[in-house]
Amino acid sequence: MTRYILRRALEMLATLLVASFLVFLVTEFSPGNVARKTLGAFALQEQVDLLYRKLHLNDPLMERYVRWVGVLTGVEADPLQDPALGLDFKDPRGDRYFGNFGYSTLYKAPVNDVLWDRLGNTALLAGLAFAVIVPVSLGLGVLAGMRAGSPLDRGLSTVSIVMTSIPEFALGVLLVAVFVVWLGVLPGTSPLDTHSGWSIAAQLVLPVAVLAIYDAGYVARMVRTSMAEVMAKPYVRTAVLKGLPRRQVILRHALRNAMIAPFTVILLQVNWLIGGVVVTELVFAYPGFGRMLLDASLFGDVSLIEAATLVALFVATMTQLLSDIGYRLLDPQARR
Amino acid sequence: MALLSIRDLRVEYTTVRGTVAAIPEFSLDIDAGESFGLVGESGCGKSTLIMAIMGYMGRNGAVTRGQILFEGQDIARLGAEPLRRIRGSRIAIVYQEPGTALNPSMTVGRQLMEVPLAHDAKIGRGAARDCAAQALADVHLPDPASVMRRYPHQLSGGQKQRVVIAMALLANPALLLLDEPTTGLDVTVEAAVLDLLNELREKYATALLYISHNLGVIAQVCERIGVMYAGKMVEQAPAAALFRNPRHPYTRGLLASLPRPGADKRSAPLVPIPGVVPAAGRAPPSCGFLTRCPHALAGVCDAGEISLLPAAPEHTVRCARWAELPPVRSPMAGARANLPASDDAPVVQALDLSRAFPVGRRMLLANDRLEITAQRGHVLAIVGESGSGKSTFAKVLAGLDAATSGSLVVLGQEVAGRPVRRRDAKLVAAVQMVFQQPDGTLNPSHPVGWPLARALRKFGIARGGDVEARVTALLEMVRLPPSLRHALPRQLSGGQKQRIAIARAFAGNPQILVADEPVSALDVSVQAAVINLLLAIQAEHRTTMVFISHDLGLVRYLADEVVVMYLGQVMEAGSVAALFEPPYHPYTEALLSAAPVPDPEVRTKRIRLEGEIPSPLAVPPGCRFATRCPRRIGRICDDTPPPLRGAAPGHVIHCHIPLDDLRAVAPVFRHAPAA
Repeated sequence: MTRYILRRALEMLATLLVASFLVFLVTEFSPGNVARKTLGAFALQEQVDLLYRKLHLNDPLMERYVRWVGVLTGVEADPLQDPALGLDFKDPRGDRYFGNFGYSTLYKAPVNDVLWDRLGNTALLAGLAFAVIVPVSLGLGVLAGMRAGSPLDRGLSTVSIVMTSIPEFALGVLLVAVFVVWLGVLPGTSPLDTHSGWSIAAQLVLPVAVLAIYDAGYVARMVRTSMAEVMAKPYVRTAVLKGLPRRQVILRHALRNAMIAPFTVILLQVNWLIGGVVVTELVFAYPGFGRMLLDASLFGDVSLIEAATLVALFVATMTQLLSDIGYRLLDPQARR
Repeated sequence: MALLSIRDLRVEYTTVRGTVAAIPEFSLDIDAGESFGLVGESGCGKSTLIMAIMGYMGRNGAVTRGQILFEGQDIARLGAEPLRRIRGSRIAIVYQEPGTALNPSMTVGRQLMEVPLAHDAKIGRGAARDCAAQALADVHLPDPASVMRRYPHQLSGGQKQRVVIAMALLANPALLLLDEPTTGLDVTVEAAVLDLLNELREKYATALLYISHNLGVIAQVCERIGVMYAGKMVEQAPAAALFRNPRHPYTRGLLASLPRPGADKRSAPLVPIPGVVPAAGRAPPSCGFLTRCPHALAGVCDAGEISLLPAAPEHTVRCARWAELPPVRSPMAGARANLPASDDAPVVQALDLSRAFPVGRRMLLANDRLEITAQRGHVLAIVGESGSGKSTFAKVLAGLDAATSGSLVVLGQEVAGRPVRRRDAKLVAAVQMVFQQPDGTLNPSHPVGWPLARALRKFGIARGGDVEARVTALLEMVRLPPSLRHALPRQLSGGQKQRIAIARAFAGNPQILVADEPVSALDVSVQAAVINLLLAIQAEHRTTMVFISHDLGLVRYLADEVVVMYLGQVMEAGSVAALFEPPYHPYTEALLSAAPVPDPEVRTKRIRLEGEIPSPLAVPPGCRFATRCPRRIGRICDDTPPPLRGAAPGHVIHCHIPLDDLRAVAPVFRHAPAA
């Protein structure tokens, strides 16, 4: 098992390296000139040309990629922080350190100052939502799948479908209409500061509710299908006809096998919760990671886009690793 | 009082189209310690009956009439908790596919321990573990402690079935239900499992209800036999009486579709039962077998419900005309017709043919220096346990795989290293294959005429308008109505699908047909029809057939020559007559002795192989069979590859034992009529 994890971790590193090159490539080829994006629309063409030369943007792609990796790993100094450019980009950590993602032109601050705050906010939201989604969807899915075709199953399945099919946007507006406008018990926006007089906890309720309702229905349906399939397996029949009480049949024989397939799906929700909840963040003005990535993309903030994409990729490969390990723990047949 | 007494049982299923009686009316008595066999084709209601006894019929099934009295108590109307206490402790089941009957993510030990823990409130975990280990020892699994720690996928099929049997016997049940427990296992493993059942039955005096479509295995285990058709018992008798004097036309049909010991395709052709088992609830109410019966008489057989009539002491039959039926003649073979003379050059000739698969740094020798020859127009059977390399040879021959060394000359061309993509269309058309599972070979989204038309076009047999006519001709050749060409595979029965597969193989006028277990997935009566069809087409076209099978009864019936393979090598090869009489290779002798014979009057010499077939990655350096050989003569068997001994022209045996000693053994089969 340890050897397997080590091997998978190495593969993960290789994946990240290849991915970083692809990220670099895509952002470099996005329309517009990096120097122009850095200086903004009102800079003079001469200034842009000067920066273009200073940043060696005429060099071949591979050379620029190596330099970018050099800055990221702290081997080279960030060229944007060169005082000679007169850009006044300063990073209190210095211009040469490991994990230097460069300078955000949108926020006029080092990427590291922007990125991790936003990621922390999103992690809070995602963590709370995940903590609701997993037990709710497992509970609903197992209950429904346990007796496939029963009235309980049909009822729960209908609820799940309705939950999934309401778009996040509509759901957000609906909840705001009820709890903010009508009942007035919760705040309508969640900027995560206390200027409005609402506590942080109160601000989190609605965004978490939107994510949980939207996603739990989907995951519950996955769990239900898997559970129903396992309940029809001959080994479940063996367990029943051995004379085991129903509780033990479900808990010992069905549940674990029913978890194998949805396990990967559940971990995939983490990726979505980190990078894909832009709509919810927009509805509630939540200072999250997804919204930051959207803003950076619209503005053309190359360094921030690259950094954020890399972080999202890292999260994705981590969940992949976790799901592979978990899969092997759940399914003895996978451990060969 | 009987241990189990089923009285006028009716089991119904509710479907979207209404209520269907899977079992319209069924009665059966089994005494304590008795072994009762229930036979019938699939769809006759055997499994439904077992699940009804266990009270496990799903959401839409129910017992609507009658009683299932077990130890005097009606278990068909028991509450959940009393029923749970009977399941697994008083009545236990051994299932058809042991691979799926065990939980893949729980160790064998824990699955076994659950039985005592569920039924004995006072037992502790330690005692339960001891019980489980003892049960594994009882079913002769070596090293129970290590088996307990393993997961099901780490055991072989035979070992898994032993675990399932151990699980069923753990609570010492009064009644053991066996649902085709050996279907899908190798003959040698099947024989060992049947021995085990007989041994355990003597030891624990457990009553057995054994359901199977295989009359051969029933003959070996059961004292009394019932024949079930369309949910009703149609005949019931002591085993010997049933085989000697079957009275119901269906029973006779089942027996006639099986190759009898000693018979072959020339002396006693198989007689299949026409038609198929009617769907549940669709059988004629008077006699369910009416539509398929050769003796049906209007006005007598369809006049009204026929009851179970006493025909002889302890022998009952549900047939209005049983007394008028002609007596059965035992088709015990007399003279065997001689083989068709063959002066032709062999159409298939393998010399030192090997197929190795690299596995890590080692080599897996699936085929190791094979020498196999097939004559034009003959049927060459290849037999051996799973893992013997039969299918690998078939694939190399058909071009689905390529050999790694040696020579394979097919129709005058060297093809050893040439898979299909390196063969020309003519050669591809000349060597065709029929597979075991017809389901997997037909595309579910195309009508069945499609692969036929495609094969005709690909091989340039027909173009444009001719294709239609040829497809019709092909369907007629396999005795299917031409209208069936528009049907989708799922609308066809297993036998019909296999006929389509045969038609497809014959589309390109092949000279060699490779058939890999083509009938092992089919019911006996359907099997007989498909075999007859294959043999008829083969004889008409003078096709050479390479027939791969583990069913020795069938091989004896249809083959001209037989090759016995073990662990990638040929052990013995010769004409079918030579192979089934001494001298035998010890492995052939063991295989023959393991084959279940559907006739209790034929005594079979009892030879059982110990252990499992060794890993093909670590083959013994001397004789491949030495590790399991009951007649091993010494170190020479382990160290030196055996010499080739020519027993007769065309009959070769690879063995260290001198020919005279091999000749001296008694034949495996002996006819011994019961007194």
